[in-house]
Amino acid sequence: MAIGGVIGPAILVTVAVVLPAVSARVFGALLRTTLVLSLPIAISALLVNLFFFPGGHTVLLQIGPISATAEGGAFALEILMRILAISGAITLFYLTTDAHALTIDLENRGVSPRIAFVANASLQTVPAMVDRANAITAAQRARGLDTEGSLLRRVQGIVPIVGPTILGSIAEVEERTMSLEARGFTRPGRRTLLWAPLDSLSQRLLRWALVAAVPLSIVVRAGGWLG
Amino acid sequence: MLALESVSYLYAGATRPSLIEVSIELRDGEVLGLVGASEAGKSTLCLVASGLAPRAIGGRMTGRLRIDGEDVADEPMHALAARVGIAFQSPATQLSGVAGSVYEEVAFGPMNLGLPRRDVIERTARALETLRIQQLAERDPSQLSGGQMQLVAIAGLLAMSPRYIVLDEPTAQLDPAGTRLVSDAVARLAADGASILIAEQKTDLLAGLCSRIVALDSGSVALAGDANAVLADPRLRELGVAEPASVRLSRLATDAGIDRRQLEISA
Repeated sequence: MAIGGVIGPAILVTVAVVLPAVSARVFGALLRTTLVLSLPIAISALLVNLFFFPGGHTVLLQIGPISATAEGGAFALEILMRILAISGAITLFYLTTDAHALTIDLENRGVSPRIAFVANASLQTVPAMVDRANAITAAQRARGLDTEGSLLRRVQGIVPIVGPTILGSIAEVEERTMSLEARGFTRPGRRTLLWAPLDSLSQRLLRWALVAAVPLSIVVRAGGWLG
Repeated sequence: MLALESVSYLYAGATRPSLIEVSIELRDGEVLGLVGASEAGKSTLCLVASGLAPRAIGGRMTGRLRIDGEDVADEPMHALAARVGIAFQSPATQLSGVAGSVYEEVAFGPMNLGLPRRDVIERTARALETLRIQQLAERDPSQLSGGQMQLVAIAGLLAMSPRYIVLDEPTAQLDPAGTRLVSDAVARLAADGASILIAEQKTDLLAGLCSRIVALDSGSVALAGDANAVLADPRLRELGVAEPASVRLSRLATDAGIDRRQLEISA
């Protein structure tokens, strides 16, 4: 974000998030997920800055004792673009990265197999827990648990679902740990890896360019050369 | 030979031992059956025989586990894993959860051992072939049926090339089709001369598979001997173990005054 104001983050969102998402054909999913993730914080940031921006004097709208200012609106827009840049980048990473390939690559680059395993297993565990929670929800509903009534009833219904889901997962961890032990996972030293994800010259160059862009943008911003 | 010598085992926090002075031997090329009611100590015995108890789960063990005459008390789990392989009841929790394909899942163990890539590939191919699941190699392990998952788990332990195989109720959570898949595979392993210790509630499965059977009761050996003799022993029912259908049929026929020879002819 070497360029300040709205322009810098907007360029970043376009170049680093939107164009890669379109290229990877995940723009629709990216848009939906990013909106869901960033909407609550975006709304609050917009309201706070629009109405309570310190030093705002160009009044756009007056509601009782508070007023929306143009300066607050501009700053809110800048904040919004930054939020979009961050949440969009994270979502793009999630949508376009194969967790399995990522951990294999991390291991190839010398990361401990245990750390790589934990990272991968954590990502894989989420859908498994969702499946388990769905099965438990169905079982509890079959026994009369109300999960679709009033808000209070829904809240009351959480405990009989969350409890077995978490306890079941903990019990599974013990057996999975034993299975890993029985398959030599605790052996010290490097594992044999059978394959490595494709890493083309262009990918490597782009990665290094992005790494180089970080200190460069800090220097440019600090120097104020691009406004 | 894999031998437990006067083994007693107490789980961490338990007040009563789960195994009491148990001595059994798994001879080379033999299939040894293990039966007993729930909480009789079958799973604990499997854990001890594989070395996981007390190494991985804590607790206190007295007595000895010997493999090929060697006391393996000081052997680390990853080294022991290459000598004794174990499969558990639940197919899903035995999978690593991080493999993208069945092939990688089966290769997971040899990869952990740091073997040369050529050896990993060779072992994986052999394990898949032994269990006749080559056609599953590219499938996502998490999308398999329970029986197929269990076969993959067993293939994963075979790929470690253990001399001894421990199977802790491998068909307990499977439907009849899954049970048939796994029992056929175990029968083929046995026919190929594998040394297998198998704990199982389904005595019908053990009847055609085992040369000897040990029955546990409250952590102690209650019956042991030739498979046919133990399975026909009336005390087996008192131990909470269902006798095989052939034994039950024979007993009912005898009770009804039907000549067994007639029964065999009509069967």
